Amino acid sequence: MADIKKHDTPMCDELKSGPWPSFVDDIENYGLAKGKQACMDLLGQLELSFKNKETHWKHGGIVGVFGYGGGVIGRYSDQQEKFPAIWAFHTVRVNQPASKFYHSAALRKLCDVWDHRGSGMTNFHGSTGDMVLLGTTTEQLEPIFFDLTHQLKMDLGGSGSNLRTPSCCVGKARCEWSCIDTQELCYDLTMTYQDELHRPAFPYKFKFKFSGCPNDCVAAIARADLSVIGTWIDDIRIDQEAVKAYVGGELKPNAGAHAGRDWGAFDIQKEVIDLCPTQCMSWDGNKLSINNKECNRCMHCINVMPEALRPGTDTGATILMGAKAPILEGAQLSTVIVPFMRLEPPFDNLKELIEKVWDLWMENGKNRERLGELIQRFSLSEFIRHIEVDPIPQMIREPRANPYVFWREEEVPGGWKRDVAEFRKRHPA
Amino acid sequence: MSEKTYDPIYDQPYDPTLAEKLYNPKKPMENRITDIGPPKYDQFFPPVIKKNYGKWVSHEILEPGVLKYKSETGDVVYVVRCGTPRLITTDYIREICDIADKYCDGYVRWTTRNNIEFHVTDEETLRALMDDLKGRKHPGGSYKFPIGGTGASVTNIVHTQGWVHCHTPATDASGVVKAVMDDLFEYFGSHRLPAQVRIALACCLNMCGAVHCSDIAILGIHRKPPLVEDDRITGVCEIPLAIAACPLGAIKPATVEIEGKKIKTVRVNEKRCMFCGNCYTMCPAMPLADGEGDGIAILVGGKVSNRISAPKFSKLVIPYLPNEPPRWPSVVKAIRHILEVYEKHARKYERIGDWIERIGWEKWFELTEIPFTEKSIDDYRLAYDTYRTSTHFKFTNHVAVK
Repeated sequence: MADIKKHDTPMCDELKSGPWPSFVDDIENYGLAKGKQACMDLLGQLELSFKNKETHWKHGGIVGVFGYGGGVIGRYSDQQEKFPAIWAFHTVRVNQPASKFYHSAALRKLCDVWDHRGSGMTNFHGSTGDMVLLGTTTEQLEPIFFDLTHQLKMDLGGSGSNLRTPSCCVGKARCEWSCIDTQELCYDLTMTYQDELHRPAFPYKFKFKFSGCPNDCVAAIARADLSVIGTWIDDIRIDQEAVKAYVGGELKPNAGAHAGRDWGAFDIQKEVIDLCPTQCMSWDGNKLSINNKECNRCMHCINVMPEALRPGTDTGATILMGAKAPILEGAQLSTVIVPFMRLEPPFDNLKELIEKVWDLWMENGKNRERLGELIQRFSLSEFIRHIEVDPIPQMIREPRANPYVFWREEEVPGGWKRDVAEFRKRHPA
Repeated sequence: MSEKTYDPIYDQPYDPTLAEKLYNPKKPMENRITDIGPPKYDQFFPPVIKKNYGKWVSHEILEPGVLKYKSETGDVVYVVRCGTPRLITTDYIREICDIADKYCDGYVRWTTRNNIEFHVTDEETLRALMDDLKGRKHPGGSYKFPIGGTGASVTNIVHTQGWVHCHTPATDASGVVKAVMDDLFEYFGSHRLPAQVRIALACCLNMCGAVHCSDIAILGIHRKPPLVEDDRITGVCEIPLAIAACPLGAIKPATVEIEGKKIKTVRVNEKRCMFCGNCYTMCPAMPLADGEGDGIAILVGGKVSNRISAPKFSKLVIPYLPNEPPRWPSVVKAIRHILEVYEKHARKYERIGDWIERIGWEKWFELTEIPFTEKSIDDYRLAYDTYRTSTHFKFTNHVAVK
C-alpha cells in the first residue's frame, strides 16, 4: 500500500467541501485505505479533465463474457502512461432486484467481490436501474461473472441492441396507490425475456418500465419503449369523514409535502376542486362528490388527500409505447396503445402484445431505429393495425387537421384498378 | 432478530479463489451459469414490508426526509430518506450496511432518484437512526447521509457518467451535481417550494436519464463540428453508419488522396451541423470535444407525472453556459435564480412547467431576466408547432414600441 501514487488534484479537492456528500472524499479515502491505485488514477484523470474541460476516455471498447452479447461497457483511458491503473476501466452492469430492496448480507458480499476484482467504485444505480460496478480490467470479467452467478445468484444487466434491464417503482411494497404488482411484473418479464436481454437481437435498444400509478415514479412514460402505468377503471374510494378532517385542518394536505411554508389554511375548493383538470368534482360544504365517468385519473385529488381518497379497486394498467431521448428524430414520450389491461400473473396478455410488437419491429426496424421512431415512420394507425389493436380516441390528443388521408384499396368500393377509356365514355376529354 | 427471508447463499462468505477454479479459459462454457436474472425482489423486503405488501392505506411526511406509512393491518413503517452522490465506493455501501444492520435488521433500499431509504417500525429507533445519520460526515466536512428529498423539495439530481467514465460527454456529471446540490442543499431538507422540483443532468444530448422531462435540466452541449481523421476513418468506422447517424444530413461520403492513395472518408457540411455528436458515437474518427467550445445548456418545465397537467418536455431557455470546473459557478447561479423566481411566483402545486404555461413564456423570460435569444426558437422539423400562431401574448419588456 505504501507505493500508492496520489496525484496532485487541487480542483477535485475543492469538491470535498460543502454539505452534499462528496464523491471525491469517498473515492480518495477508500483508495488510500484499500490501496487502490485505480481510485487515485481516476481522480488524477478527472483532474486533468477539469483542467482541459474534455473527457480522457477513448472511444468505445467491445468486451464481455462468453455466452452474452452485452452487460459490460468497455472503456480505456487515453492517458495510459499517466494513469496506468485505469488503462482499462470497464463497467459491469448487474441486474438489480426489482425496486432496489437489499439486505446487507447480499450487499456486503457484492462489495467483497468488487474489492477483490474491481476498482471498488460503483454507481448505485445506473439510470436504467442496474447496479453499476465501475472499473475493472478485461481479464477480471469472466471471474466477476462466475462470482456473480455462482456466489451471489446475480446476473448481468443489459447493454447494446437488446432488451435492457427492466425497472419499476416501489409499488405495493410501500405505496397505497399502486394499482399493479410492479415488482412481480418487472421480475416475471425480466425472467421471461432473459435471452432477449443477454443476446442482442433487436434493431436497437428496448426498455421496459413499470409504474404503479399515473404519478409515474419510475418515469416510465419518458424513459421506456414499453411503459406500463397502473390505473383503475371503477370509482375513486372516498372516506367522507377524512375529507372533513382535511377541511377542518386536522389532516395536512398532500401528507405534509408543503409544510415548510405558510400557504394558509387548506381550502378544498381552491386546492382540489378548482385544480381538477376535468372539473368533475364538487364540495357542498359537507360532502365531496366525484363524477368518476369524467375523471381522467390524474392523481391530484388523491395526492392532496391521501387519508380520504384512494384509487378504485378494479385495477390494471395503461400500456404506452415509444418513449426515447432525442437521437435521432427528436425526443418522444410514450403514446397510449392500450388504455386498460388487467395484469395478473403470468401476464400472458401483455406478453402477447409485446411479442407482436417485437415481431414487427425486428422485421421492419432499421438499424438503430427505436420503436418510437418506427411508429412515426409507419404512422400510429399503420403500427396498431400490424399489432392488431383497434383504433380508439384514447390513442390521440386530437384528430388530425390535415386531409392527407390514406385509404387502403380494399376499403374503397371498386378498388383502384380503373380504365381511363371507361372514364372517358362519361367525360370526353 | 427476525427470521431471515433471503437466500442463505448471502450468509456464506465470499470465496475469492472459486472463480479461478470454476472458470477454465480452455473450456469457457464449462461451469457457466447463464440467464438466472436478478435476485428475486421479495427476499429483501423488510418483514413489515413483506407482511403489509399491497395493504398500505395512507402515508404522511412527518418532516423533510421522514415518511410514515399505515397499513390496513394497523402496522406502520417509518422511512428515512437520505441523499447519496450515486458514484459511491464499496466502503460507503458497507457503511450503509452497518447502519441497516444496526437499526433495520440489515434491510435498505434505493429510490428511483438514487437516494437511500431505511425502514424502521418504532419512533425510538427512528430518532436514534436519524441522530446517527446526521452525525456521519466525510473528512472534508460533507454529510454522508443528508436527510431529505421528500415533498415540495429539490431532491437528488438524476445524472450520468461525465468525465468519470464516458467518451462522448460535453461536460462532467458528478462535479456539476455536487456543486449544484451544495448550493441548493437547504431545499433538499425543506418543504418550502410550490411543488417538488426535479433537476436532472446529462453530459451530452444522448440524454441518458431524465433531462428531457425534468423541471430543471442541465445538458452538456458542443458548439464545434467534428474533426475528421481521414487517415484513420476507414480502419475504424463503417462510413454509411456515420452518414446515417446525422439527424440533419450534414455528412456526405468523400474521397481524399493521402500519399498518392485514394481513401474513402466523409465531409461535414459545417453550416448544417448542430454539434449533436451522434456521428462520433458511431465513428471514433470524428471526435468533437473541445474545452472552449463545450458547455452547458439549461432547459426547464418538463415533468413525467400526470398530475393535473399531462407530462411535458423540458424547454431550452439558456443556450450556453461555460464549463467552469470544479464548481461551475455560472451554472449554479443560474439554477438557483430560476428556482428562487419560481419559489416566489408560482402557486401551490404548480410544477415549474405548469407555472410557466399559466403565465406565458414571455412573462417568464421577463420575470427571470434571462435573455431570450434566437437559440430558443425551434428550427427542427416540427418547429412550426412551437411558434405563436395567435394574438394572445402579454406585452413585456421584450417588445420595443416605435
